[in-house]
Amino acid sequence: MTTQTLSAPTPRTPLQEFWYYFSSNKGAVAGLGFIVVIGFMAIFADVIAPHSPSDQARDALLLPPAWMEGGNWAYLLGTDDVGRDILSRLIHGARLSLAVGMVAVTASLAMGILLGLVAGYFKGMIDTIIMRIVDIMLAMPSLLLAIAIVAVLGPSIVNAALAISIVSLPHYVRLTRAATMAEMSRDYVTSSRVIGAGPLRLMFICILPNCLAPLIVQATLGFSSAILDMAALGFLGLGAQPPTPEWGSMLADALQFVQRAWWVVTFPGLMILLTVLAFNLMGDGLRDALDPKLKQ
Amino acid sequence: MIQFILRRLSLVIPTFIGITLLTFTLIRLIPGDPIEVMAGERGVSAARHAELSAQLGFDQPLYLQYFRYVSGVLQGDLGNSLVTKEPVMREFLTLFPATIELALCAAIFAILVGLPAGIIAAVKRGTLFDHSVMTFSLTGYSMPIFWWALLLMLIFSVNLGWTPVSGRIDVVYWIDDVTGFMLIDAFLSGEEGAFGSAVAHLILPSIVLGTIPMAVIARMTRSSMLEVLSEDYIRTARAKGIAPWRVIIIHALRNALIPVITVIGLQVGILLSGAILTETVFAWPGIGKWLIESISRRDYPVVQGGILIVATIIIVVNLLVDITYGIVNPRIRHSR
Repeated sequence: MTTQTLSAPTPRTPLQEFWYYFSSNKGAVAGLGFIVVIGFMAIFADVIAPHSPSDQARDALLLPPAWMEGGNWAYLLGTDDVGRDILSRLIHGARLSLAVGMVAVTASLAMGILLGLVAGYFKGMIDTIIMRIVDIMLAMPSLLLAIAIVAVLGPSIVNAALAISIVSLPHYVRLTRAATMAEMSRDYVTSSRVIGAGPLRLMFICILPNCLAPLIVQATLGFSSAILDMAALGFLGLGAQPPTPEWGSMLADALQFVQRAWWVVTFPGLMILLTVLAFNLMGDGLRDALDPKLKQ
Repeated sequence: MIQFILRRLSLVIPTFIGITLLTFTLIRLIPGDPIEVMAGERGVSAARHAELSAQLGFDQPLYLQYFRYVSGVLQGDLGNSLVTKEPVMREFLTLFPATIELALCAAIFAILVGLPAGIIAAVKRGTLFDHSVMTFSLTGYSMPIFWWALLLMLIFSVNLGWTPVSGRIDVVYWIDDVTGFMLIDAFLSGEEGAFGSAVAHLILPSIVLGTIPMAVIARMTRSSMLEVLSEDYIRTARAKGIAPWRVIIIHALRNALIPVITVIGLQVGILLSGAILTETVFAWPGIGKWLIESISRRDYPVVQGGILIVATIIIVVNLLVDITYGIVNPRIRHSR
């Protein structure tokens, strides 16, 4: 007689469960993969980039990409009008775009969570005031508001990041407030309150961790719009100033090269598109994986 | 219904006040003395400074300045441009038709492509067509439109030579400004080829500006259509033996369109802010280009007035969308 030991299947840890749902979405995994590559490029830009982003090769102006006639393998994607290597500028631009995205998302997430928690927790007058301001901000298209802010503060990369974090604030406030209000009526919050937890503990330790899922999704999507808005501001001359290797500002004077140097026009925009697309794909995947309603 | 409209209106007034406060504050947030900033590098004499200060009301207490500003705004007075000395409102009105023309054509393009694409994708769910529509719309949604504009220009204007590079009409035509809409004016002028030239100039800008709204509309139509198609009444209609196309067009589409109408209305903001980028690339003489140029010229009254008008238009359009929504969907009208 053989004995057979039967063990209950070990339940998946939350992380495993998350990965199970997330990895079933091919687009999301592709997006994540691309973001990892871009992130790697950004961190090790100094090592990977074949040239310095500001080095001007006087003997190699407007060189086409390497595989084309007249191209040079030292400059894989060609050079711009003052002989800077486009590939190196793109790699360094990744650092800038991701850094701006990171700063803008972190800042607006932090402010949004704080305002949303306060509005949802205290309700009443404070809530009304915060939500009215949020409504006003939502009435303006984000790019227009960002342009207005930069127009006043003066064009620079820091002001552009600040403007972007201000314009993306309303979404985080709304999400946090809605989630907080839903959690407030739960039993665990009431019991913590009965035990004697103060408002700060209730807000940040009890309620906040349970509101995180939609915020994570929004933050990922926020990254994509931050990068897009940053590039738009750079393109309009209101963001990063030349010679900073920012993707949008690399396109700012590309208009004059449309006729004779397609590579100057094509590659920076392609980087913006692919990066924004990757974040959007990942955001969609995260939403599916984190939303319990869709899991069934 | 009237009650519903009044309730929506009561929400608009505080928003409008907020926006005037914002544009009012904005110009006072400029680091340094606003008059010296406006004067630029030339600088101003002390006497001229005082004169300008009095003229612009900077010597009065803030709340008085604000009331002066708002009462001016309500009478359509947005101040004068520092560069051209023209009233901001008049400059806006001469340029606005160009932007409306562009935005309308972009919206038509977005609806004509996005709506059918979304419907067919939903009906043929899971097919190659569905996947392509979803891929294209996500790409369109992620598109940096200023680059898209350059790319299309590269392909269709430079390489193929099919469309003109920039402007509203070929320079050989001199079109009298009747309505401000180039298509209509060119048509009315009766000059041979003028209308065709105006159309050719509109194609690329409209596609560029319409790309993001098209993507949003296609996605929304698809998901709304999918939801409706799974409802019982559709199954009943099919069971009754009604022709499949009739079920889709007559029965499903009507209900599926309700959220799509809202989304189309919400595109006005995207169209107007996208116009800033599109007009800059195509040298389209509308309010977007005007705003960006006035920022670089530090023409603050124009910036202030322009932003206020655009924001107001968006609020009004959103209000109209809300009301339309209430008309087509009685459930909204009666909820709280």
